[in-house]
Amino acid sequence: MKLSLGPVLYYWPRKKVLDFYQSIARSCADIVYLGELVCSRRHELAFDDWLAIGAGLAAAGKEVVLSAQALTESEGDLKIMRRAVANGRFAVEANDWGAARLLSGTEGWVAGPHLNVYNPQTLSVVASLGATRWVAPMEATRELVAGVCAARPLGVEAELFAHGRMPLAFSARCFTARRFNRQKEDCGYVCMDYPDGMALETREGKPFLAANGIQTQSAGVYCLVDELKDLQDAGVGVLRVSPQAEGTPQILQLLRETRDGMLSAAEARKALAALSAGALWNGFWHGRPGMQAGA
Amino acid sequence: MELVCPAGGLPALKAAIDNGADWVYLGLRDDTNARNFPGLNFDIASLEAGLAYAHARARKVVVAINTYPLAGNWARWTGAVDRVAALGADAIIVADAGLMRYAHEMHPRLELHLSVQGSATSYEAINFFHEHFGVKRTVLPRVLSLSQVELVARNTPVEIEVFGFGGLCVMVEGRCSLSAYACGEAPNMAGACSPAHAVRWKETPAGLESRLNGVLIDRYAPGERAAYPTVCKGRYSSNGETYYVFEEPASLNVLEMLPEFQRIGVRAVKIEGRQRSPAYVAQVTRVWREAIDALKAGQFSPRPAWLAALNRHAEGSQVTLGAFSRPWK
Repeated sequence: MKLSLGPVLYYWPRKKVLDFYQSIARSCADIVYLGELVCSRRHELAFDDWLAIGAGLAAAGKEVVLSAQALTESEGDLKIMRRAVANGRFAVEANDWGAARLLSGTEGWVAGPHLNVYNPQTLSVVASLGATRWVAPMEATRELVAGVCAARPLGVEAELFAHGRMPLAFSARCFTARRFNRQKEDCGYVCMDYPDGMALETREGKPFLAANGIQTQSAGVYCLVDELKDLQDAGVGVLRVSPQAEGTPQILQLLRETRDGMLSAAEARKALAALSAGALWNGFWHGRPGMQAGA
Repeated sequence: MELVCPAGGLPALKAAIDNGADWVYLGLRDDTNARNFPGLNFDIASLEAGLAYAHARARKVVVAINTYPLAGNWARWTGAVDRVAALGADAIIVADAGLMRYAHEMHPRLELHLSVQGSATSYEAINFFHEHFGVKRTVLPRVLSLSQVELVARNTPVEIEVFGFGGLCVMVEGRCSLSAYACGEAPNMAGACSPAHAVRWKETPAGLESRLNGVLIDRYAPGERAAYPTVCKGRYSSNGETYYVFEEPASLNVLEMLPEFQRIGVRAVKIEGRQRSPAYVAQVTRVWREAIDALKAGQFSPRPAWLAALNRHAEGSQVTLGAFSRPWK
């Protein structure tokens, strides 16, 4: 199984993003997804900056993919999407059917986690239009993944979100701006103050969710380090790590060493728990609530 | 402009038709639709009766088969499509692209509507489904502003249907796993959000508590009106403040926007509420029928009696124009 790094879902200062990808260039990631997936108002990096980061990562031997925005509403959103599709160098991950339409007939695009490909028949639709990799939906169970993999078209890889705060929902509204009674169009970019999302607790003080602009994430961190063998048996070919503010290269390294049998899952789990932004959960894979842990 | 009304059973279907619905939408009694609740929906006999009732009065029936099948249960969804087509339904509402391809190939005369669960928010996405599967109508997610609806309408041959009244998803439909995260079941795969079997209400010294699979969604002081505990309707705390993190509970009501919808070419308005009573369906349908007829006659202005009738059915007694007007923009 290869290791991929998903797009940075948060709004980090430009310098932090550039430093982060310097460290990723030296990391053990095989594939790196780039670009702004969550909010088109975020502007620390321009489109050409992403291409430049991609060029650096490609020079370091990484496969680079541009992730298209998940929720497209305005003509401006579509313009950004068309630019990504026409970038001329890197493959593109489609995260809605508009991007799938624009990518149709090109070879080697990625059907992203927000496209909602739940079964082999839908995978065959996107594969017939040129997709060569499928990223399972966040809520995918073992049954879902194994079912798609068993009947997938030749030459299509399966990728699964395997570590990171879980993206659970998108909205037109910005929940970080709402917290500070700001209008979305005058948000002051308050999400930059929360490099791993803004924690939301229940009224009895238990960690529950994290607000990341228009996206809602889990408080806990999805972690499938105990299930690597099971993932491989189900047909997963790529493990996705979702970036967090600190420790991402070490997380990639721990998953790699576990995959290669140099580290036991129990040791890796302990180290990952110390590095991760929240408690480690794995419910979705086992067909249970996503906020649960244990096999 | 057509009026599309919900039916959770035969009495609601008749109420919708008797009060002026052009279309009734409904689901089968299983997880192939996104309102998979116990005691709700249609078996084959009641669907046959409902189709006969509607067609005798020159109205149409559209069946929602709008959840996402897996490899292991695929045959239940295609079976639903085959049965519904054989019984003579006028259209089906579908979200899954693979199922849409199946319906398009096997039942080319069956009209396809793109479900709100398909999360198509741009004309590029909608046109994808039109070009590949001949989708005739799309139901827009409840996240677009009026000008964004207009942008879509101007750039697609697909008919536009928007939600006009009822419960409101603050998250993009088809892209929300919050319920699965808390309790293991969510709309996309299970056809249910916050299923009743996972919900608990309890009076405590601190107030009335609502829980979803043990997770505290909210706690109400005496006199506070309690909302059904979906994750997005709860109160949580962030940096020491406890508040409705996503949105105050409210119902969508955009009756006053009907002239705008007509101007931008919206083809149909949908009333939410397959889980609601026949009395709700009857009263809400009657108000919207009168409003659309007044619009057609060029005599539309929102009558106080209409708004009063609709407000009685609003969640938390509050109504909102939702994303169409975007007060939070």
